[in-house]
Formats: sequence, structure tokens, C-alpha cells
Amino acid sequence: MSSTREPLFSSKNIKLLTTPLGRENPITVQVLGICSALAVTVKMQPAFVMAVSVIAVLAVGNVVISLLRKTIAPRIRIIVQLVVAAALVILVDQILKAFVYDISKQLSVFVGLIITNCIIMGRFEAFSMSNKPWPSFLDGIGNASGYGLILIVVAFFRELLGSGTIWGYPVIPQFLYDIGYKDNGLMILPPMALIVVGTIIWVQRAKVKELIED
Amino acid sequence: MNAIRKYLDKIKPNFQKGGKLEYLHSTFDAFETFLFVPNKTTFSGSHIRDYMDMKRTMSMVVLALIPILLFGMWNVGYQHFIANSVESGFWANMLFGARKVLPILIVSYVVGLGIEFAFAQIRGHEVNEGFLVTGFLIPLIVPPDIPLWMVALATAFAVIFGKEVFGGTGMNILNPALTARAFLFFAYPQDMSGEKVWVADALSGATPLGKLMVNEPLASLPSPSDMFFGFIPGSVGETSTLLILLGGLFLIYTGIASWKIIISVFAGGYALALLFNFLGPIIAPENVYMAMPAYYHLIIGGFAFGAVYMATDPVTAAQTNRGKWIYGLLIGILAVLIRVLNPAYPEGMMLAILLMNVFAPLIDYYVVKANINKRLKRFQKTQLATT
Repeated sequence: MSSTREPLFSSKNIKLLTTPLGRENPITVQVLGICSALAVTVKMQPAFVMAVSVIAVLAVGNVVISLLRKTIAPRIRIIVQLVVAAALVILVDQILKAFVYDISKQLSVFVGLIITNCIIMGRFEAFSMSNKPWPSFLDGIGNASGYGLILIVVAFFRELLGSGTIWGYPVIPQFLYDIGYKDNGLMILPPMALIVVGTIIWVQRAKVKELIED
Repeated sequence: MNAIRKYLDKIKPNFQKGGKLEYLHSTFDAFETFLFVPNKTTFSGSHIRDYMDMKRTMSMVVLALIPILLFGMWNVGYQHFIANSVESGFWANMLFGARKVLPILIVSYVVGLGIEFAFAQIRGHEVNEGFLVTGFLIPLIVPPDIPLWMVALATAFAVIFGKEVFGGTGMNILNPALTARAFLFFAYPQDMSGEKVWVADALSGATPLGKLMVNEPLASLPSPSDMFFGFIPGSVGETSTLLILLGGLFLIYTGIASWKIIISVFAGGYALALLFNFLGPIIAPENVYMAMPAYYHLIIGGFAFGAVYMATDPVTAAQTNRGKWIYGLLIGILAVLIRVLNPAYPEGMMLAILLMNVFAPLIDYYVVKANINKRLKRFQKTQLATT
């Protein structure tokens, strides 16, 4: 243990928080957690709730795993990680059911499926198993926010073009409908979520050349 | 012609490296090669000279489509006046149809070529001619009453996500014109199906496919000859099987379309329709679709048009000879399968071709692999015999 303590928000720690938002985004760069990105992004509200749920699970889960990391036997670590993730997901699910029942209905199985979200297990394995609790906490917040950011951007476009609303409020003026504008039904179907995610990846790689593979 | 050549030579330096309009070089290049045979020669590799470059190929396809477009215009007018019970002559029909169809054609070309040119400039490569055909096909496969902004949106979607993201002409997995149609079909179903959209400015006019969907008796269909010659409501260019077949013969004669694909699509569809004829009375006696004479399938809806102009797209079809047979047969079978058994999709041709577009590389892969294995076995046999 070094005697000088690292400040809580050292530049290294800040990086843990910010790189997953862009350069190491779990969805657009690591291509993890795609299934839920396709399924819950029809409207912004459920996408936002989903994002918050994943942030909660990943941040708390990372801290728990990080605290336990020295006592977990390597051979059973996946089981332990699963138990932690499952317990947290059940907690989140119960809270959603208690306070935002309607949205919990809309999210249906996808809250339960947070446990299979590759981002969760990926961060447990790759980061919190070998790092201290505080950096793990930041890493969890960062990665889950990177996921949530993409979710909300995708949901914004899908809701705007598919239903003509944002956060449930109609934003397309009535006169546009009167002269023949129609909401795009394809936007509501999952394939369009894939194309929107693809477009975000396209734009990101056009901006950040280092991300382009051969 | 000479004057144009001189003018082009005069302005050419502006577009070459270092010229003040360098950023427009591919636009200039596109117009120059459109008007004249390119005078470029290759420096290495093969030196085969053939006038059938991509521009000529595309022009041939457009040539084969022109009669279909003209008939489509006439038919749009003809159906409109019939539906409104007005007597009308040839020119009245033609004029009405042209007023409906030409705007679609113009919108499709302007939007599509605009995007093509923009991408060519940004990426610094030549403008490809692929869109000349795609832009011509799009108006032929949409209902005459389609709002123009939808055509624009679908064309943009098809060119960007169907073609340019994969690297442009020749690299696309899906047929761009069908991508545009699929986009419209799923995004704006009210404007792409049902009985309201097929006849311009009329309250109703069900296509044969639409009638079959709601299980109307066979007797309510138009006569087979009407369906063959194309005097029925439908998408602009798909109604006349006769003209489509003539266009197909022209394309086979010029070596552009593969006769293997065309024949196997028809064969596959016809075979499955026959099978349904036999099975119909046993498994679903109330389904009119199953009892319909098998050859009806080939002359209603977009079956023939898809078989001749869409399935044969050299970029997205299977490339190996055996692969072409498999690819075509499966398109025909799937199209009839979707039509008869899936009540949500009255026209299976579009979905069948798009699906097989995706599978074409896989088919080719296994055909090539089977060939390698066959030859490997033969080789081993001779090895055994000699040792």
C-alpha cells in the first residue's frame, strides 16, 4: 500500500468515468448489450428507466464484487458474480414494480434480462475483480452511462420519427399531419433500432479514425 | 457531338488535380463517360476491351424497362377512368398516367443520384451507374398514388443503407430498389397495401392479390388473359406479364440477365403452387388461394417482374451456375409460400427475393466447396490407383 492516497477524482479516475461514454462505449465500440438496446428503445421513458436500472446494478455490483474480490475463489467466481448480479436485478425489478408499475410493464422481461447483459458480467470480470471499490464504482457508473446514453439517443430518434412524440408529448405539429406527413412504422420495429445504432457507430467512427479496424 | 467533345476538353483541366474545381472531379467524370467512351487504358493485368461496361449494361436494362413504364402509365390512366366510370381514349389514359408516374420517376432519380454524387465526391471515387436502373425500377414497383415525399425518403434509405454503407454499386447485399419498396411497405403500410391505393384517385380497386387475401371467390378475379396482358390494377410496372417476358428475353439475348435464374424462379413457384393445388382440398378446403390454378401465381402481382428484373440483379444474385438454380428455385418457392400461407403479406415476391439476396453468398460458398471436395476425391482416387 502506498502511503500517499490518491485523490478521489484523480485524472485516472475521471477517465474511468468518461472513456466509456465515447471512445470505449460498451454499445458502439465493444458491441455489448445490443439486445436490450433494440428492445426497449421504442419510447424514451422506458429507455431512460432501463438506463437508470443498469447504472444502479452495475455501480453497486461492481462495488460488491470489488469488496469480495480477495475472498472469491477463482474457480467459482462466475457463480458468485451471477449471484450478485441476480440479487441486484431482483431488487431493481421490485423497486420498479412498486414505484413505476406502468413502465415496469413495458420493460417486461428486459429488466430481468439485465442479468444476461454482457456489460454487467464483462465489467465484473474485467474490472472489479482486480480493482479497488472506488475505481470500480466509477467504472460501473461510466460504463452503464455509456450504455444508457446510446439507449436514450436511439430512443429519441425512434420515438420522434416512429410515434411523433418525445417523452410522450406530441412534438410534430398537427399541420404537418394535415398536409400528409405520416409517422414511420418501420421505426417502431426492432430492425430500425439496429440501423439507428449502426448509424451512430458510423458517425462515431467517421469522427474518431482510430476506431476503424482493418 | 464534336462541339461537346471540344467543350469538355476545354473545361477538363479545371477538374483535374490542382484545378479550381477539383472537388467536383467525379461529377465531371460521370458526365464525360456518360457521353463518350472512356479513353483510359489499363497499365497492368488483363487488357480485355469490351464495350459492355457497366454504363452499357445499365442502359440495356433501362431500354428493356421503357415499354413497361409506358404501358404502366397507360394502365394507370385506364384503371383510373374505369374506376370512375368515364369513357376515355388512349391519349387521355396516357396523359393521366404520365402525370402520376413521371413525378415519381423524377423524384426517385433526383434524390438517388443526388446522394450517389454526394458520396462519390466525399469518397473520391467515380459516380457509379448502378442507380440508373434502381431509379427506374423504384417507380415501377410502387402504387401510383404513393405520396412523393415517401418515394424520396425510401430512395434515400435504399441508397444510403442498402448500398453506400456497404461500399457502393457492386458491394450491396440487398437489391436497392426492393430495399426501397420494403422500407415503404413496413414504414407506411396504409399507403402500400389494402385496396385503396392501387388505382389513382379512386375509392377502391382491389388487386387480384388483395382479393385473394380476403378469400374472395376465384370468379371475382380478372380473366387470365387480362392478368397476362396487364389490364389490372397494381403497382405501376408489374401488371403486364407479357411485356415483362419480352423485356426478359431481350435481357437474356444481350447476356445481362441469367436465364437460369428466371426459369428456376418460375419453376419453383409453379411447382409449389401445383403442390398446394393437390394439398388444398385436404388441409385447408376454405382457402381459395390454395385452389387457385397454379399458373395464376406467375401472372398476378409482382411475381414475373421480380423474377425477371429483381432476382437476376447480377450483384445480389448467386454467382455460381448451380447456385443460380438453387437461388432461383428457392425464390419461387418462398414467394408462393408467403403468399398462400402468411395472411399478413399478400405479396411474397419482395420478401422472398430479399431473403435469398442475403443467402446468395452462402449458397455460392457451399457450391464452390462441394466442387472442391468432388475434385479432391477424384484426385485421391487417382492417387490410390497409381500407388
